[in-house]
Amino acid sequence: MKLSEFIEKCGFELITEGKEDVELTSVYCCDLLSFAMSRNPRGSVWVTVMGNVNTIAVAVLTEGGCIVVAEGTAIDENAIEKAKQQGVAVLKTSKPIFEAALEAHNLISV
Amino acid sequence: MSDSIKLHYTVSPDDFTRAGEASGDVKSKLKKMGVSPEAVRKVAIAMYEGEINMVIHAEGGEIDVEISEDDITMILADKGPGIADIEQAMQAGWSTAPDNIRSLGFGAGMGLPNMKKYSDDMHIETEIGVGTTVTMKVNM
Repeated sequence: MKLSEFIEKCGFELITEGKEDVELTSVYCCDLLSFAMSRNPRGSVWVTVMGNVNTIAVAVLTEGGCIVVAEGTAIDENAIEKAKQQGVAVLKTSKPIFEAALEAHNLISV
Repeated sequence: MSDSIKLHYTVSPDDFTRAGEASGDVKSKLKKMGVSPEAVRKVAIAMYEGEINMVIHAEGGEIDVEISEDDITMILADKGPGIADIEQAMQAGWSTAPDNIRSLGFGAGMGLPNMKKYSDDMHIETEIGVGTTVTMKVNM
């Protein structure tokens, strides 16, 4: 599923826009950035509670598809700035990580 | 690409907002050169972990990158406290990072193991109170 379609259908709040034609291929959950650094798959929907600037850097380096900050966690202002600058799509939801990831999975697995 | 390309970066101390800039820059340069995505990913991960280590443990440092036809060499030099026990530091899960670093999502003890995993060759020179130099090589 293309990122643009995911953004339209997922119901999560869009914080920053990314590259719309990116193909989303999997869902990944992790809050430890060093794990995510080596394991976040290319083109993933990465569901996490870490809303800091380093989350954005890890998503850029791993070429993740987008970030979903779950559990209603706050996203730092400088993280939003960095995401805009780097063209990383960041979405937000108050849903727990599991539910958010499951919804994302069901959506992109159609 | 007959001549090698040399790049130099300075990693600022205590600046997590800028950590990742050097590895990001190298990554985009390698991509433009047409280096394989696998090698680009390995360099990006190994170098970012190194940058983060320099910010957490060593008040920043200097990074030299050399891109040749056969490989990419990264030399990360800092004037930090040095590593007391390299074998222990290389164990996944071992970390001396303080709590404020852990709350940022780091300090899981995966830095050096990730650097070793994603580089084809890694060498550490360290002296207590003097600093640490990590040399990593990724094959093209």
